[in-house]
Amino acid sequence: MSATGTHELFPSPLRGGGRGGGGAEGTTEPRSAPPPPPAPPRKGEERGRTPSEAGYNFAYLDEGTKRMIRRAILKAIAVPGYQVPFASREMPMPYGWGTGGVQVTAAVLGRADVLKVIDQGADDTTNAVSIRRFFARTSGVATTTRTTEATIIQTRHRIPETPLREGQILVYQVPIPEPLRFLEPRETETRQLHALAEYGSMHVKLYEDISRHGHIATTYAYPVEVAGRYVMDPSPTPKFDNPKMDHSPALQLFGAGRERRIYAVPPYTSVRSLDFEDHPFRVQRFEHPCALCGAEGVYLDEMLLDDAGRRMFVCSDTDHCEGRRADGHVGTGEAV
Amino acid sequence: MYVAVKGGEAAIDNAHRLLAEARRGDPAVPELTVAQIREQMALLVDRVMAEGSLYDPDLAALALKQARGDVVEAVFLVRAYRTTLPRFGASAPVDTGAMAVARRVSATFKDLPGGQVLGPTFDYTHRLIDFALAAEGETEPAAEAEPRDDAGTCPRVTDLLAQDGLIEPSPPDDGAPVGDLTREPVDYPADRALRLQALARGDEGFVLGLGYSTQRGYGRTHPFVGEIRVGEVAVDFVPEELGFPVPLGRIRLTECQMVNQFKGSGTAPPQFTRGYGLTFGQSERKAMAMALVDRALRAEELGEPVASPAQDQEFVLAHCDSLQATGFVEHLKLPHYVDFQAELELVRRLRAEFFRDSDSVQEAAE
Repeated sequence: MSATGTHELFPSPLRGGGRGGGGAEGTTEPRSAPPPPPAPPRKGEERGRTPSEAGYNFAYLDEGTKRMIRRAILKAIAVPGYQVPFASREMPMPYGWGTGGVQVTAAVLGRADVLKVIDQGADDTTNAVSIRRFFARTSGVATTTRTTEATIIQTRHRIPETPLREGQILVYQVPIPEPLRFLEPRETETRQLHALAEYGSMHVKLYEDISRHGHIATTYAYPVEVAGRYVMDPSPTPKFDNPKMDHSPALQLFGAGRERRIYAVPPYTSVRSLDFEDHPFRVQRFEHPCALCGAEGVYLDEMLLDDAGRRMFVCSDTDHCEGRRADGHVGTGEAV
Repeated sequence: MYVAVKGGEAAIDNAHRLLAEARRGDPAVPELTVAQIREQMALLVDRVMAEGSLYDPDLAALALKQARGDVVEAVFLVRAYRTTLPRFGASAPVDTGAMAVARRVSATFKDLPGGQVLGPTFDYTHRLIDFALAAEGETEPAAEAEPRDDAGTCPRVTDLLAQDGLIEPSPPDDGAPVGDLTREPVDYPADRALRLQALARGDEGFVLGLGYSTQRGYGRTHPFVGEIRVGEVAVDFVPEELGFPVPLGRIRLTECQMVNQFKGSGTAPPQFTRGYGLTFGQSERKAMAMALVDRALRAEELGEPVASPAQDQEFVLAHCDSLQATGFVEHLKLPHYVDFQAELELVRRLRAEFFRDSDSVQEAAE
């Protein structure tokens, strides 16, 4: 990748050394990789700018804190999959509710960015709404629900169905960054295991699943090996999304606020889900297409319609579903 | 027909308005003032300051009002505010030996320089509901103390013991900068200063439970309360451009020096060891529990086996913070649809295989 190509991966704050990320006095340079011209807005779409909240710095965090976080991010990018300790701050939302992702987003957010926030694949779940509003209030940046328009997407538990492109940053909220934590609770031990690339216990765990259940009984937070070195927790996304992480053109950043760790998968980096030759990694498959847009090969939510067991399967990624319906795709609308 | 749910924003706004109304309660009842909370719920204010790691009684009282009296929520408000404050330096160490004591008791000596001062304490009150308080009358003024000859000198019990070498000396100040766990992630093993920071802001209930567990045999430390003192100390700051200390004001503290048995080792003679507790405001329960846990966490340093939760610093430090604990426990109420869907799919598949297998076993038996 060329030097300019590297620049394109980092929207304004990560570009150029040391400059505040759109700090109060900072001027925002034109982006070297402007997003493609926005598509005409869809009906009911949320897109707008609001002035930032008085009394707080751009995107809430002070510039010194942002610089500290950016340094951790740069280190994380340099050592893919390695968990970099960082001095997580106390945020005005609870630990466990996305404070790590929020701090990473705040550190990489520039005035020209367009932010999308999803939780469980949807833009309108309450915590996604809350975090999107937080940034609208404290930074005034444009927000969107459309994956294609966003330059930064903060997510909890899903990767959008629409393939990401170069220049986009996907920020994951991570509860437990340590993939070995449930095998070894001690941080002093797990750090040593990573240093020695001693991942035998994880393979034994997966093997025991197979011998006991006939399957690897891990359905989300399915461990991956990054760039052939570190085993990493992909955050509790369903394993359905793991293949999207592999060689993604987008930069993937992971923030764990309570556990004070940041890690990253740089663009075009190999992300391999752990498996065995005779038990290859497989993703979930749904028997029905989305009842609203008819999409197949996407992740679905199961809706309970009544107490007689009628249920309906619909897209988990609400933006993807709305986009398809706007393009004229129609599902059966039927319960199953 | 299912329609994708919209309206999260309106729901959140309405929930917050409802919360404001619930916080106010019956409008026919006069509203609490921050000054009333600060003066009459003083121990609650102290706890919020201690766990919020910010000495500001008015702010803590306001946080309690906003939080409807929920301590952890009030601590949260204070901490989130604290994190935005600029830091211009660290104060000089406060001298608790020069404390203007409001209360000072020792369980190891019947009398000692400075005397035993009961002060305002619940100890020895009979816990009978005082229905007269419901009548909102004036209280009787407190008695004035007889001045003692040694008034104003109140040396620490541990300093008295140290004169004979009976207790380990405090480690000398090596001038090395003290870590700050709110600015740097904890790197295990953490030194004692960081452990004390974590305990000082740790959840009172959690630290109390851990301290209690050491008394019941999970990491026993044979403690005696050398001393508990409550009172005000001066806080000095040395501005770089002046080079001499400037008083910033006075803060109220509770300090507990726990004196613990130690049989000695190959390199150290038999002598008593210390467990230390310090909190903002008046909180003897917290200071004592903190001192017990501090001593338990020194097990490795003193060559004792590390076998109990209170001796395990990763266990204690990673779990004592009420905000981290409450955030992660309560995050379980956030949506987890997609992960649950993944688990549903797996459980259905495993069940199908289970029943298929048991059917075939049954057929084979028949």
